Amino acid sequence: MREFLDSIGYDRWILLALLALPTLAAIGIWVHGAVIGNDADARERGSGAARHIALWAFVLEFLLSTGLWWSFDASTAAMQATLVRDWIPSWGVRFALGIDGIALMMILLTTFLMPLAALGSWTSIRGKRHSYYSLLLLLTTGMLGVFMARDLFLFYVMWEMMLVPMYFIIGIWGGERRLYASIKFFVYTMIGSLLMLVAIVWLGIKAGGATPDFSYDAVLRAAAASGAGGVTMFGTFVPASVLMFLAFALAFAVKVPMFPFHTWLPDAHVEAPTAGSVILAGIMLKMGTYGFIRFALPLFPDAAMSPGIRTTFLVLGVIGVLYGALVAMVQPDFKKLVAYSSVSHLGFVMLGIFALTTQSVQGALMIMINHGISTGALFLLIGMIYERRHTREIEAYGGIARTVPLFAALLTFVSLSSIGLPGTNGFVGEFLVLLGSFRTAPWLTTIAATGVIFAAAYLLWAIQRILFNSLDKPVNEHIPDLNGREIAIMVPLVVVILWLGLYPAPVLRRMEASAEAFVSHVSAGAATSVARAP
Amino acid sequence: MLAEALFFSAVLFTIGVIGVLTRRNAIIVFMCVELMLNAVNLSFVAFSRAYGVAGQVFVFFVMTVAAAEAAVGLAIIISIFRHRQTVNLQNINLLKG
Amino acid sequence: MLLQHAAEAAAHPLAGSIAEWMWLLPLLPLAGFVINGLLSLVPATHLGPSDPDVGHGDANAHAAAHDAVAVSAHESDAHGGHGDDHHAVKRHRFAGLVSFVGPAVLAASFALALAIWIAMRGAGEMHAPFVQNYYSWMPAGEFDLTFGFHLDQLSMVMILVITGVGTLIHLFSVGYMREDPGYPRYFAYLNLFVAFMLVLVLGASYPVLFVGWEGVGLCSYLLIGFWFSEKANADAGKKAFIVNRIGDFGLLVAMFLLLANLGTLDFVGVNSAAAQLGFGSALVTAICLFMFLGCAGKSAQIPLYVWLPDAMAGPTPVSALIHAATMVTAGVYLIARSSALFALSPVASLTVAVVGALTALFAATIGLKQWDIKRVLAYSTVSQLGFMFIGVGVGAYVAGVFHLVTHAFFKALLFLGSGSVIHGMHAAYHATGRHDDAQDMRNMGGLARYMRVTWILMWIATLAIAGIPFFSGFFSKDEILGSVFARTHGTAFAEMSWLGIPGPIVLYAIYGIGIFTALLTAVYMTRMMLYTFHGPNRTGDGERDHLHEAPWIMTGPLLVLGVLSAFGGWLNLPELFGFLGPVGTLDHWLEPVVGENALRLTGGSPAHVEHGTEVALIGAAVAVSVVGILIAVVRLKPARLVPKAQAPAEEGLERVLLNKYFVDEAYDAAIVQPTVAVSRGVLARGVDQGLIDGALVNGSAWLARSVGRLGSSLQTGQVGSYAWVLVLGVLAVLGAFTLR
Repeated sequence: MREFLDSIGYDRWILLALLALPTLAAIGIWVHGAVIGNDADARERGSGAARHIALWAFVLEFLLSTGLWWSFDASTAAMQATLVRDWIPSWGVRFALGIDGIALMMILLTTFLMPLAALGSWTSIRGKRHSYYSLLLLLTTGMLGVFMARDLFLFYVMWEMMLVPMYFIIGIWGGERRLYASIKFFVYTMIGSLLMLVAIVWLGIKAGGATPDFSYDAVLRAAAASGAGGVTMFGTFVPASVLMFLAFALAFAVKVPMFPFHTWLPDAHVEAPTAGSVILAGIMLKMGTYGFIRFALPLFPDAAMSPGIRTTFLVLGVIGVLYGALVAMVQPDFKKLVAYSSVSHLGFVMLGIFALTTQSVQGALMIMINHGISTGALFLLIGMIYERRHTREIEAYGGIARTVPLFAALLTFVSLSSIGLPGTNGFVGEFLVLLGSFRTAPWLTTIAATGVIFAAAYLLWAIQRILFNSLDKPVNEHIPDLNGREIAIMVPLVVVILWLGLYPAPVLRRMEASAEAFVSHVSAGAATSVARAP
Repeated sequence: MLAEALFFSAVLFTIGVIGVLTRRNAIIVFMCVELMLNAVNLSFVAFSRAYGVAGQVFVFFVMTVAAAEAAVGLAIIISIFRHRQTVNLQNINLLKG
Repeated sequence: MLLQHAAEAAAHPLAGSIAEWMWLLPLLPLAGFVINGLLSLVPATHLGPSDPDVGHGDANAHAAAHDAVAVSAHESDAHGGHGDDHHAVKRHRFAGLVSFVGPAVLAASFALALAIWIAMRGAGEMHAPFVQNYYSWMPAGEFDLTFGFHLDQLSMVMILVITGVGTLIHLFSVGYMREDPGYPRYFAYLNLFVAFMLVLVLGASYPVLFVGWEGVGLCSYLLIGFWFSEKANADAGKKAFIVNRIGDFGLLVAMFLLLANLGTLDFVGVNSAAAQLGFGSALVTAICLFMFLGCAGKSAQIPLYVWLPDAMAGPTPVSALIHAATMVTAGVYLIARSSALFALSPVASLTVAVVGALTALFAATIGLKQWDIKRVLAYSTVSQLGFMFIGVGVGAYVAGVFHLVTHAFFKALLFLGSGSVIHGMHAAYHATGRHDDAQDMRNMGGLARYMRVTWILMWIATLAIAGIPFFSGFFSKDEILGSVFARTHGTAFAEMSWLGIPGPIVLYAIYGIGIFTALLTAVYMTRMMLYTFHGPNRTGDGERDHLHEAPWIMTGPLLVLGVLSAFGGWLNLPELFGFLGPVGTLDHWLEPVVGENALRLTGGSPAHVEHGTEVALIGAAVAVSVVGILIAVVRLKPARLVPKAQAPAEEGLERVLLNKYFVDEAYDAAIVQPTVAVSRGVLARGVDQGLIDGALVNGSAWLARSVGRLGSSLQTGQVGSYAWVLVLGVLAVLGAFTLR
């Protein structure tokens, strides 16, 4: 496989191709929509084509990306498949792409989830299909760009680029309060990312000479030298690195979302259409934690690892774990419940990242993947039952395992993976995070470990009220079970859940070098700054 | 001589200001603005005697601008009158927030 | 490390033998799960139209929906825990295939286990476990967790019990569950359970054990809630899972502590490195206590025992397999498996024994007043588990495991016997169309006349659990109590104090509680037998004619278990009874696994009591058993009982016992309700919607809007007022400049 990929020069064009394909497909759909015109009949017939083009583009994208699995060299943490072109030379901005083990898995997660998200929208999106699927494709370019970018300016452009399609997806195809949710989502994210822009510009200018330089490596060097400067506020000296770290951290913390910046998430999840929720939970939340791993911590290790900041983030992570679980427990809306469960899961990720051991970081990365798979699957399942009953209220169901046994089996299975049952993917991540974090933060980890109890409580309680108990509402007696398309969506997810639960080693190995490099870089950076301090 | 001219200019300007502040009719307000401009012109001319010709040049600028302004301003007032049958400023509050 | 293991495995006497195939042990039931699971889903699936909207379905979908409704109506009427009732019986279309696959995979597994056992016996002395690492499971930095199996004498005992008793219970289930519409699903779960249970006992490291540990919890959850249309059943399943999770939390923390301090999690590594932790150190005590929290959850000990009685909501064979014979004994297995750790901490060990003793007594008192035949057995199980924990707690690991094995025999027999009774009762109610509680002993009575085989076999089990000489329970219980007594002198326990109480006094107290509990056990078990099988029949005049013995597929397994219950004691005869056969077989068998660790607690030489004392102890034990049975026979009057429907409400102490000391209610009021209330009231409404979303997020939006509105109200649109402001501004600036 490796030889074949080398022979076609796979590494040289793959990242660009992955970025270009969705955009081209989006343009294609848009042109198709323009060509068939506004005639109602033609639109009705033509809108079917939109989803087919999108689906096949996504499938092709996934197939293309799978080559990365084999072409990737797991033994090194260096960037691979790099591609660098000048973009805006006068500002020192380059179009620089490249992946390491962490980005690799995030990209594969994205390309894996997108076809399923498109299939999940198959029948639920009925209006303006052309716009919908082109936005979905543009969103993909943005998300992949975030994971590939090796230039901070490019990263920022991609970061904002994925915000806009998602804003429209929630705002146009969402539920009743879609406008409130979409504006909240947009403004929340924007506030964080503007501060990040300031920090990026500051870094770029500092890294460059006559013209700024935004390339990751140059910025990394410049940031390492930034510890000296700073400002005095309210009589205390605050190093520049702390301010810059906080600017980055706010942008990412909103995205994660970390307690207490999480309240956009439940609204956005509940109002978004199924595919929107899947992408939000499955991929976009990971950008926050990815940002911490790629930018916030490596750029400012001394700030991030200073006792005050580190403890704050660890504590917020643990609060997120428990708070998310407890609030999830009492949600009457199943989508909201899953949204809060995301807060809980991502709390584990934050704990793992800031605990800073190889195991905990690897575990955090595993949870990022697992959460994408399991929560994505949960949202897809909720979407399926919503299409049948048009409600997400838990109390509206009850006993439907009788009428939809296959749905019930899948929902139970996916819930168990979300709870972290050993043998499913959820366990591997949580176990590694807790195991690794225990070495550096034993007490907080012990508290976080009680999250496994609450996780079982909220999800089992919810599925009991949905699937089990007596079938006492007549309207639930005639729900049809999953059809072929829906089974086709779920089968890959189930397979991946089991695979990652039973044999996660290939995934872990591909991330291992990058995770170790991350840990050693950050701890070394923190150590030198301690040595430098008076 | 300068002091008297400036005093007269100040009086003229104050009359203009009071007119702008107190009158309701747009035409009168407009004429009071002209009064203020001319008060300034007077100061310019007076100063030009002491400090050179630049002041007189400015007066020409101001007069030209005032003429253009008068044309545009009157046109606006006329079009407002056509629309609203009044030039009372209290009735014209399109900019109210 | 890996290479070293490989080398050890290669040199191992079992290398190249059939034991190499041990991975097949859990895989066979797993295959059964896959087959039965697919069978349970396939007929229910329909490939409908691509549009799933309700009402757009075609005829096929409607047919399927009606089908499902028929099923639901059928099962929601089912009550008292048995699937058949008065509708036309709807047997699953693949019932025949399932009846074969379900038990066959277990039988195959059992056959393989036997073959491995024979190979082990043939291999001679085996001092190291036979470890096979299959693949790298979680490689992360220097921590590389491999998925491997670990076969030693202890696992072998467990495997034989699980697959052996499991096969019998699967066969019984064929008769018991055949008419249930969820038949393939039932066998799928049951097969999956056995697979996970085997992973639990075969796992070569704590995390692999944990896979089985949580997996059996999952199957327990699914099987307790098997008839999920009743809220109570679904509640019971959920309760079991969540309470177990509390225990699992303890086990997780124990694992973290182990890894952080020993750097390894596989049993071989931990056992060899355990001594580094230091004898009696706080660390090893903490590890053991956290681990015991896990055991208390899984094995239903105080304070986490509450789920087990509720677990009786599941089908009766499930109660026999999971909640009596195998899963609930996993805690005992874990302590025996971790004996190297527990032997380092006399404090933790004694805590285990004390909790075991208290649980044994507590559950036995509740068992005295239960009317539901399965609940009596459930509390009896909790109580007997307490005995096992006394055994492993005082470092008599073999005694604990011995009781585990004999308990698996006689308690499985008791549960299956009660299943046979319930089956008969149900059939009777079914025949006449009456709805009544088929599990309440007040509705039974005199069943001995109708169910001869069940009656005789259950008496055997009762005598075994009561501790009547020469039945299996007598030997195992006696060994535990004897071990407690023997450790009062010259052992690590004798020299320590526990919560300020001198060790010997604690041990004497445990012994006293044990003897008293044995008395209670004899009483409540005899009570159950008297009320169920003796005296007049209270089932009802019409129903009486329909009472009958269960079919051979159910009585057959009972018969085998009866033989095992009667003669199971021969596994480990004490020296005193050396005239009956070989002495201490199990002792010798388990010697390589736990022998050294047991000695560590007893001060180097086996704890011993004088010959005369031993005879006296046995005499006392036998005496309380006989007295207990006599008390029940003399004091209880089955003739005075009235059927459940006419029975008066209990009062006073009886009511407290019947309601299990109101512990469930107390937990609910003290833990569950406050958690939910705080989550809803304070966290969700107060912090989330109120503080963060209300005050901060929407508050800042409100602030921006208000400032804007305030500013816009200054814009009157009056040119005059703008001019005034302008002039005032000019004056202010001029004034400021002039007055400066």
